[in-house]
Amino acid sequence: MSKIKKNILLVDDDVDYLFQKKLELEKEGFQVFTAHSIKPAKKILEETSIDLAIVDLMMQEKDDGFVLSYQIKSNWPKTPVIMVTGVTAQTGLEFDNITENEKKWIKADSIFTKPVRSEQLVREIRRLLANE
Amino acid sequence: MNNVNDVLNVLIIDDEEGMCLGASRALSSTKVFIDDLKVMVGFSSTAVHSYTEYKNSIIDKKYDLILLDYKLPDGSGLDILQEINEQSKETLVIMMTAYATFETAVQATKLGAYDFLAKPFTPEELRNSVRKAATRFVLAKRAKSFEEEKRKIRFEFISVLSHELKSPINAIDGYLKLLKEGSITPESENYPMIIERSLIRLEGMRKLIFDLLDMTRIESGQKARNIKPLNLTPILNTLIEQNKYLAQQNNITVNLFAKDEISIDADQSEIEIILNNLINNAIKYNKPSGTVDITVNDKQNLIEIQVKDSGIGLSREEQDKLFNDFVRIKNSDTIHIQGSGLGLSTIKKITALYEGSINVSSQKGIGSTFQVTLKKYLNDTIYPKIVT
Repeated sequence: MSKIKKNILLVDDDVDYLFQKKLELEKEGFQVFTAHSIKPAKKILEETSIDLAIVDLMMQEKDDGFVLSYQIKSNWPKTPVIMVTGVTAQTGLEFDNITENEKKWIKADSIFTKPVRSEQLVREIRRLLANE
Repeated sequence: MNNVNDVLNVLIIDDEEGMCLGASRALSSTKVFIDDLKVMVGFSSTAVHSYTEYKNSIIDKKYDLILLDYKLPDGSGLDILQEINEQSKETLVIMMTAYATFETAVQATKLGAYDFLAKPFTPEELRNSVRKAATRFVLAKRAKSFEEEKRKIRFEFISVLSHELKSPINAIDGYLKLLKEGSITPESENYPMIIERSLIRLEGMRKLIFDLLDMTRIESGQKARNIKPLNLTPILNTLIEQNKYLAQQNNITVNLFAKDEISIDADQSEIEIILNNLINNAIKYNKPSGTVDITVNDKQNLIEIQVKDSGIGLSREEQDKLFNDFVRIKNSDTIHIQGSGLGLSTIKKITALYEGSINVSSQKGIGSTFQVTLKKYLNDTIYPKIVT
């Protein structure tokens, strides 16, 4: 790993979740920026060089995560996006980014279902950053 | 009323061409009015003459009603009846036969025939049977779609509810784990904050459970309502007092503009749910050092309660969805405010019990005014004053 800390953007509408995940990821040696909705998230993306974004699916609107990851991929195509969601447990709706059709509208590199185990998330972050 | 709202597809299966033509003709001029639903039903019929033709006819079309001959040149009507009932429970079959014995009728009914017509029958007998079947078909279809809609709503409600209950558990769980593994200790700078946040999330969960109980009690109609003459003003004063601590935290002034005596015949707990939710919201969604003005207008048989705040306000889209279950307006102004998303939807349900309403007018960044109207005396019957 390079000596410079990687910048991670964490977007979720639960302030307690943001606080806890930020602490976890900082312990793993990342620099963490947090936002609770699309607007502040985009401000951070514009002002800071973000290496990877972790986005919750349901925020103000049910599909904010899709919208934000789409915008990230359009403006910062090289930034990996991990989407985290509790949507499957909540709605029985299942989706993934495996088929071509799904990849067309779900612009995330990985999708995780909440609750996400810390080690699992960190492993995925490292994998995506290594691919960069 | 002659407009047809629904057309049922009828398949006539009979090897006698005359029978097919006669039945088609009788059906083309038949309309059935279903009184319960205020729906007029018409018929569109197709005729086939054998088992083979029947098989071809159902490849790309679904029939609602089938008039079926008992005896076909290449098979028995009973075989078709059995197939139909294995495939679709909705399709209704009327058996037609010249061999109208008791045994065949029993056999056909066992296999799922809806009705039985003995040949020869008059067009009127046919119409009567079809009329009965059509009514049954349309009512069953409507009942099914209503059940599905209800199931869907219940599923959505429970999904959202489980999410709303899970989030605080996850938050508190996360904080406790941080303490357990020693990432945060009583000496840490963040220690008071995480204790405070855990308590806030617990309180939010408790509020959600209480709001949920209020709502289900009202929705189920199980709760015994105790309607009696009440004076609103002292109730309002008590509720303002109860919300005083919350108001003081943000230096919010609550003013009440009401006569000393405002009478209404109502259930006290229902009135308290309405008023407390309105006052509590007006304080929670206010700006620091803001004001809440509560005005009560006592009109003839109507009470108007206005709660005006100088708070964060609502956009047009936010106002539109505000009164639905579990709607919480999430934006940077509200992210730190706890709420169950059930308060306003519950108020709306209660106001309906008093033939009243709830409305909001609001301007983003300036404030919102919620107005509730309630009928003072339901059915316009004024309770006699009891003189003791």
